[in-house]
Amino acid sequence: MPEIKVTPLGAGQDVGRSCILVSIGGKNIMLDCGMHMGYNDDRRFPDFSYITQNGRLTDFLDCVIISHFHLDHCGALPYMSEMVGYDGPIYMTHPTKAICPILLEDFRKITVDKKGETNFFTSQMIKDCMKKVIPLNLHQTVQVDDELEIKAYYAGHVLGAAMVHIKVGSESVVYTGDYNLTPDRHLGAAWIDKCRPDILISESTYATTIRDSKRCRERDFLKKVHESVERGGKVLIPVFALGRAQELCILLETFWERMNLKAPIYFSTGLTEKANHYYKLFITWTNQKIRKTFVQRNMFEFKHIKAFDRSYADNPGPMVVFATPGMLHAGQSLQIFKKWAGNEKNMVIMPGYCVQGTIGHKILNGQRKLEMEGRATLDVKLQVEYMSFSAHADAKGIMQLVRMAEPRSMLLVHGEAAKMEFLKGKIEQEFSIDCYMPANGETATVTTNPSVPVDISLNLLKREMALGGPLPDPKKPRAMHGTLIMKENSMKLVSSEQALKELGLNEHQLRFTCRVQLQDPHSDSDTLHRIYSHLKSVLKDYTIQHLPDGTVMVESIVIKVSSSAEDANTKVLLLSWSYQDEDLGSYLSSLLKKGLPT
Amino acid sequence: MAAHLKKRVYEEFTRVVQIPHEEAPAKKLRLSKPSKSAALHIDLCKAANSTDALQYLLQFARKPVEAESVEGVIRILLEHYYKETDNSVRLKIASLLGLLSKTKGFNPDCVVDDVINTLGNEKSHQVLAQLLDTLLVIGTQLPEGAAVRRRLVEVACKLLSDTYFGVRNKCLQLLGCLGMVDAPLGKDGEGPSSSIGGVRDVPNIISNYFTDQEPRVRTAALKAMLQLHERGMKIHQIIYEQACRLLSDDYEQVRSAAVQMVWVLSQLYPESIVPIPSSNEEIRLVDDAFGKISHMISDGSWMVRVQAAKTLGSMLQVSPHFLEQTLDKKLMSDLRRKRTAHERAKELFASGEFSSGRKWADDAPKERLNSNTVNLIASGACGAFVHGLEDEMFEVRIAAVEALCQLARSSPSFAEKCLDFLVDMFNDEIEEVRLQSIHVLREISTHITLREDQLDTVLAVLEDSSRDIREALHELLCYTNVSTKECIQLALLDLLKNLNKYPTDRNSVWKCLKFLGSRHPTLVLPLVPELLSTHPYFDTPEPDMDDPAYIAVLVLVFNAAKSCPTMPALFSDHTFRHYAYLRDSLSHLVPPLRLLGRKQVYSLDSLDSGCGSGSVESAKLFLQQSLNRVSTIQNLETPGAPDLLNFTIRDLQRLGELQTELAGAADFCATYLRCQLLLMKALQDKLWNMAVPLCLKQNVTATAAAQQILEETYKLEFLYSGLESRQVATVHHVRLQAKALQLVLTARSRPGMDLLISSCEKFLQEIECFQRMFLTQLPHLQDSFVDKLLELMPRLSSCKPVELVKILQTTLRQSGLLQLRLPEQIHRATATIIEPTGESDNPLRFTSGLVVALDIDATLEHVQDPQDKVKVQRVLKASAKM
Repeated sequence: MPEIKVTPLGAGQDVGRSCILVSIGGKNIMLDCGMHMGYNDDRRFPDFSYITQNGRLTDFLDCVIISHFHLDHCGALPYMSEMVGYDGPIYMTHPTKAICPILLEDFRKITVDKKGETNFFTSQMIKDCMKKVIPLNLHQTVQVDDELEIKAYYAGHVLGAAMVHIKVGSESVVYTGDYNLTPDRHLGAAWIDKCRPDILISESTYATTIRDSKRCRERDFLKKVHESVERGGKVLIPVFALGRAQELCILLETFWERMNLKAPIYFSTGLTEKANHYYKLFITWTNQKIRKTFVQRNMFEFKHIKAFDRSYADNPGPMVVFATPGMLHAGQSLQIFKKWAGNEKNMVIMPGYCVQGTIGHKILNGQRKLEMEGRATLDVKLQVEYMSFSAHADAKGIMQLVRMAEPRSMLLVHGEAAKMEFLKGKIEQEFSIDCYMPANGETATVTTNPSVPVDISLNLLKREMALGGPLPDPKKPRAMHGTLIMKENSMKLVSSEQALKELGLNEHQLRFTCRVQLQDPHSDSDTLHRIYSHLKSVLKDYTIQHLPDGTVMVESIVIKVSSSAEDANTKVLLLSWSYQDEDLGSYLSSLLKKGLPT
Repeated sequence: MAAHLKKRVYEEFTRVVQIPHEEAPAKKLRLSKPSKSAALHIDLCKAANSTDALQYLLQFARKPVEAESVEGVIRILLEHYYKETDNSVRLKIASLLGLLSKTKGFNPDCVVDDVINTLGNEKSHQVLAQLLDTLLVIGTQLPEGAAVRRRLVEVACKLLSDTYFGVRNKCLQLLGCLGMVDAPLGKDGEGPSSSIGGVRDVPNIISNYFTDQEPRVRTAALKAMLQLHERGMKIHQIIYEQACRLLSDDYEQVRSAAVQMVWVLSQLYPESIVPIPSSNEEIRLVDDAFGKISHMISDGSWMVRVQAAKTLGSMLQVSPHFLEQTLDKKLMSDLRRKRTAHERAKELFASGEFSSGRKWADDAPKERLNSNTVNLIASGACGAFVHGLEDEMFEVRIAAVEALCQLARSSPSFAEKCLDFLVDMFNDEIEEVRLQSIHVLREISTHITLREDQLDTVLAVLEDSSRDIREALHELLCYTNVSTKECIQLALLDLLKNLNKYPTDRNSVWKCLKFLGSRHPTLVLPLVPELLSTHPYFDTPEPDMDDPAYIAVLVLVFNAAKSCPTMPALFSDHTFRHYAYLRDSLSHLVPPLRLLGRKQVYSLDSLDSGCGSGSVESAKLFLQQSLNRVSTIQNLETPGAPDLLNFTIRDLQRLGELQTELAGAADFCATYLRCQLLLMKALQDKLWNMAVPLCLKQNVTATAAAQQILEETYKLEFLYSGLESRQVATVHHVRLQAKALQLVLTARSRPGMDLLISSCEKFLQEIECFQRMFLTQLPHLQDSFVDKLLELMPRLSSCKPVELVKILQTTLRQSGLLQLRLPEQIHRATATIIEPTGESDNPLRFTSGLVVALDIDATLEHVQDPQDKVKVQRVLKASAKM
C-alpha cells in the first residue's frame, strides 16, 4: 500500500518556524520554510540536517512551497536555499513574492546591523533566493513535473496567503498554511472546494478558541482606543508590518473619519510605505468591499495615518502608534513600549498571538516587572489589553474547513500540543477520521488507498449499455462481463472475444445439458408443442421459437423431446444451454421438472 | 423622506384631453400571410447545405408570424425536419416549433402528435432535449388538455432513461410542469406498481432521480419537485431524508435547490417527528430542517448561503430553543439533546469549554467532558446568524439581517436577543447593510427597549456622512423606547451634535425629538432644569430664539410636557413666550399645552383648544355653511354677489390656514369660488352693452380673466387628490364656461372668418367631449350652462358662427352658479424645495453639454406615485454662464 509521510521540521506541536516535509508518491515537498521568533540561536531555523547531513538539498526535494509572507513561514528561506543549498523551484503567490523580500531584508537588517550577528544571510542571498521563485495564481494548476501538480486556494489571513493542494496521481495533500474563515476589513474568507485530500495539514493556533463575532471585537477595540485617546493617553499597537496592521489601519481610519477625531495616528515607517504600495496593487486579493470601491477610492490610501518618526514618541498629548514587530521582542515597538510603560494613562493593545519567550507573552500573562538586557528592570504601569485580531481560524473555522474539504485524514501543526490534543479529540469524534499531531522530527505515516485506473474498451461499454434495461438505474449496481488484462503496467477491461484475440487463445464453449423426464401421453410433436405454448405463457418477455426441425428455442436454449425406449408415455426432454445462460437454463429445467399443466 | 424627484403636475396643465377615435385597421397582415410559409419553404429548398438552411431559419426566427399562418409554417418546418440530416438544423427547427407554439391565438394541439412521433425516430440527444422543450412549451399552452398531458408525461417517463443529461433534465422539467396534480393521492400505498397501470406516480419517479449521477439532473429533479409543489401537488414526507442528504451534495446548484426543498417540506409537515440519526431521540421536523438549513449558512458557496439565510427568515414555526441557538456561537454542543436531557446539557454549557478570544490565556482547555456528550459540528443552528452577519459577501449579510427581522417580528424574546447583533451591524462596512439593519431595527422596535450602551452604538452612527443613514436613524429614534434618563440625554446630545454637523438635517432632527419627547415624558421631566438651563435663584440669559439647537431642546420639552402636567411649572418666563412663538410658527412640532394660571398664553390656549378635538367638526360645518351661503346666488347678476364671494373666499383661505386637516378642502373651494368670481366680473353688464371699439380695455381684462380661469381649473383638476368625478365635472364645467367666454371675446374682436369657424368647431367638439366624459354626472348639472347648451345642441351645430356666439353670450349670462359639493377628503399636492435654496453664494459650475448632478431635497405632500410623477424644472437665468 502506498503511504504519505509527513514530518514537521518546525511547527510540530509548536508555533513558529513552520517547515513541513511531505513525501507523497515518491515526491518530496517542503511546505514553508520559516524561522522562530522566540530564539536567537540555531534553534531559530529548522534543522535541515534531517534531510541530509551534508551537501545540498536539491537532490532530496522536488519543490518548496511558501504559503504566505510571515517570517515564521518564510524566514529561513534564504538560509536554506543559499547557505544550505537548494536550487529547485520555490512556489509562492504573486503578493507573497512581492512582499516577502521586503520582510526578509528588514529581518536581516535587525539581526545583522542591530544585533551584530555574523554568519547570516546577506541581501544578495535574498535576491538570489527570490530568483528561484515561481509565482502562483489562485486556482491555477501548476505542473511541477510530470506527476506532481499543485494548486493554490485563497486563505484569507494576510494578503496573498494561500492554501495549497498537492497532488501526485490520485494521492493528494492539502496544506493550509495559516488561514482565516472570518472575513475582515480588508481580506475575504478562506475557501476550498471539496477536493477530498488524503491528508489535510491544518494550522491549529486557536484550537480551543471560538471567537465572538468579529464586530464585537472591532467595537471593543475602537472603544478602548477612543477612550484612551480621550483621556489623553498614548496607545501603542504592536503589529507586524503587514497583515493585521492594514486591517487595523483601515478600521481606525474609517473610525477617525466617521467620528471626526483629531488625535494623530502614526505608523512606524520603513516597510510600511512599500508594503502599502503592494496592498494598493493587489486589489484582487482583498475583500468584496475594497474590490468594489477601489475605483472611487483605494481604501489603502490613508488620510489620517501618517508616518512615524522616532522623535514623535516624546510628543505630548494623545496619539496612536502602530509599531513593529508585533510580539514586542525587538525593534521599534519595544523601544516605544519602554518609553511609555511607566505611565498608567497609556495603553498597549496586543492585537494578536505572542510566542512564548517574547515580552508580549510575558506582559499578557500579567507580569508587571520585566528584566531587560543589562540587568535593568522595567515596571509596567500602562494598561495591557489583548484583542484577538490575529487572523487564524478558530476551532469552529477549522471544523468548517474540514467540512469543506472532506479529507480522509487530518494532521495538525502550528499550535500548542495541549490545545491540539483537544481539537484532535473533537475532530476524530465529529468526522470519524484519523487525526495526527506529530512533534518536530516525528513522522506521521498515512496509508492511502489509491484508486487504480482501468481502461475499458468503448465497445464493451456500449454493448453493456445496449443490453441492460433502463439506464441509469441509480439504485442498483450492475454487473458486467469482461476480461481484465494486465499488461506492461497498464490494465484494461475488454470483452472476452477481444481478450481471446489479443492473447491468441481459442475460445472454448461450455454447455450444460440436462434430461428431464416427463409423463405425457401425447406424441412427441404434440408434447413439444405443449411445451412451447406452456413456456410461451410463462416467459412472456423472452423470444421462444418453435423450429421446424423439432426443437424449441428459448433464447439460445435448445429443448428437444424424445420418447423413452421403455415407456411411450414417458418423454425425455433434452435441455442444452451455454454457461452464459446458466440462470435461464436452470430456471427452465426446474420449471419443466414440475411437469406441464394439464 | 426627501426624494430627488421631478414634478410632473405642472406639465400636465398643458395636456389636452383627447381621446383617439379610430385605431389603425389591421389590414396589412392579410397580404403577407400566404407569402410567409411559402417564402420559408422556398428558402429552405434553396438552401444548398445545412449552414445555409440554418441561416434562413435564424433569419426567420427574428420575424413574428401571425396566428393564422402558424399552422402552415409548422407543417413546412416539420417536412424539412424529416428530410434534414444535420443535427443543428433539426435542433433549430425543434426550437422554432416551440417558439411558434407560443403564438397567441394558435392552438398547438395539432402539433403534439407530430412532435411525439419525431421523438421516436430522433437519434441526436441534443435534438431530443430540444424537442422535449418544445413539448413542454406546448404542454404549458394547453392547460385544459388532460389527455395530451398524460401522453406527454408518458413520453417523458420513457425518455428518462436516456444517457444524455440534457434529455433527462428536460424530461424532469416536463414532469414537474405537467405531471398530474389531480392524480389520485391514495396511490402512495401501492408504490411503484401503480406506474404500470396508466397513471404514473410522478413524485416517486422524480425522486428516483435525486440520486442521479449528474448534478444538473439532480438539480432538475429537485426543481421539478418544487414545481409540482407550486402547482398544488402534495409532496410526501418520505423525500425529506433524501432532500437532507442532498444538502451535502458536491454541487452548489443542487445544494441550493435542496435548501428550498427542505424548506418546503418543513412548511408542509412542521409538526411531524423525525429521528435524529446516531441517537434514539426524535424532534419536530421544522426544528430539524431549521438546524440543517442553518448549517448551510457556513456553506462554501455564497449563492447557497444567501438562499439559506433568506429561507431561515420564513421558518416561523421553529421552537424558541433552536431560534435562540442561532445567535450563540459558544453553544457548541447539540441542543437537540438539551431538550430531552436538560440536566446533563446545562452542566456542559456552564463549564464553558471554549474561550471567546477576548481575554488572553483563557483558552486553556478545561476538564474534558465525556466525549459523547459533546457534538461540535452537527449542532446545526448554532451561531448561524452570527456567521451570516459576518459573512464575506454583503448579499449574505443583507439576507441574514432580513431573516433576523422576520423572525424577530414574530418572537419578542428573540427580538430582544438579536438586538445586540443588529446594533453591531450599524458598523458594517457597506452602507446598504447599515441602512438595512437600521430599517430592521425600526421594524422590531415595538418589542425592544434599548440599553444605554446599545443606544450609544446606535447614536454613534448619527455622525455618518450619508444622509440616508442619518434619516433612517432619526426615524428609528422616533420609534425607540429607551430605559433611562441618561439615554434621553445621550440621544439629545448626539442629535444636537448631528444638527451642528449637518444643519440640513434640521427638520428631521426636530421631528425625531418631538417623538422622543412624547414617548418618554417621565424620563424628560428630571432633565428639564438642565435642558432649559434654569437656576433656582439666578435668572439665566434668555437663549437665542433662532438657534436650531435651542428649538430642538424646546421641541423635546414641550412634547414631553403635553402628557406631563407638572412640567410647565419648571419653565421660566421666556420659555412661555417661546412656547407661544413656536406654537404659532412650528405648529406641527409643538403640541398645544394646558398652561394653567398663565394669562398671556391662556388666550392662545383657549384658541388652541378651540382648534383641538371638536374643532374639526365645527370647521367642517363652517365650510359647509359658507358653501351653502354661496349657493344662494342663483344668478351671476345678483347684486352683492361679488362681495359675498369675496368674503367667502377670504374666510375659506383663513380657515385653511387654521385647520390643517381641512386645508385642502378649503383651498379647493376658495379656488373654485375665485373662478366663479372672475367669470362673474368678466360677464358684467356694462362691458357687453358697449360697442366693441369702446371697451377694448375691458376686453383685455376679460380675456385675461378667461385665461386665468382656465389655469385655475387645471390646477383644480390635477393638484388635488381625492376628487370624485362629480367635482371633476364641476371643474370641467367652469372650464367650458371660460372657453365659451374666450370664444365670445374672440368673436367680438372680429377675427377672420376662418379662424372663427375653426374655433367654433373646436368648442362644439369640447361640448361633445364633455357630454361623453360626464354622462353620468349630467343629472347633477341641471339648469347649468352646459345643460342649456345641450338642449340647444341640434341648433348650435347647424347655425352660423355669429349666431352661435350670440347664443353662447346669452346662455353664459343667464346660467346660474353651479353648486360645489365637497367630497370626503381633498388634499392638495405640494412640493417644497428645501435644498438648494435659490440664493446660494457659490453657484454651481458646470461644463455645457456635460451632465452635472444636483442634489435636491424637497418635501412632497399628497403626491401619489412620486417615483414617476414628479419632475423638476430647472430654469437657467439669462445671466448664467453657459
